[in-house]
Amino acid sequence: MIDTLGWVFIVGGVLFNVLGCLGMVRFPDVYNRMQSTTKSVTLGACGILFGIFLINGFTALGIKALVCVLFVLINLPVASHALSRGSLIFGIKLWKKTIKDEFTQDRGGTSIIGGEDE
Amino acid sequence: MTILLVLLVLGAFFCLYRALRGPSISDRVMAVDVMAVIFTSITALMALRYNLAYLLDLSIALAVISFVATLALAKYLEGRSLDD
Repeated sequence: MIDTLGWVFIVGGVLFNVLGCLGMVRFPDVYNRMQSTTKSVTLGACGILFGIFLINGFTALGIKALVCVLFVLINLPVASHALSRGSLIFGIKLWKKTIKDEFTQDRGGTSIIGGEDE
Repeated sequence: MTILLVLLVLGAFFCLYRALRGPSISDRVMAVDVMAVIFTSITALMALRYNLAYLLDLSIALAVISFVATLALAKYLEGRSLDD
């Protein structure tokens, strides 16, 4: 029973990972790509590691998987937040159909909306 | 099990495409960071498949190292120095 639950977690995590990486190819600018990939890849990697913990229980493999869940859960959101803030300050353009950019307006800079599709 | 590993490698190739092609620097940095987490998942699945616990040490080290590298590059983009 709990093995089946672990495999459900693992298969769901792999699907989240692959679809998040597909967003890395398909989305138009760097901020859209960040919000597509980091959320789904965080959930996917945590799902895979938690599924391994459910299958193995409190053995060496399971405890290490739990520690790795903790690291991945801190790693990607903090890194993508810092990187998106850094690239807004650096001036990498937003997509041309973006409606509002409150961060640059509050800092008093000129608008950086107008990036092309890529 | 094998099909799951193949799917994850396919996702890593998507990230590699963006890291090679990406127009700006933060595209490349983000792609490499996400690719490190995909490799974390791959090594965890291999640890489950071959029942080798020490492969998960590799997963933990990979997560921590990619985190530090991405934060350093983000601070560089923001225009600050590393000891600021």
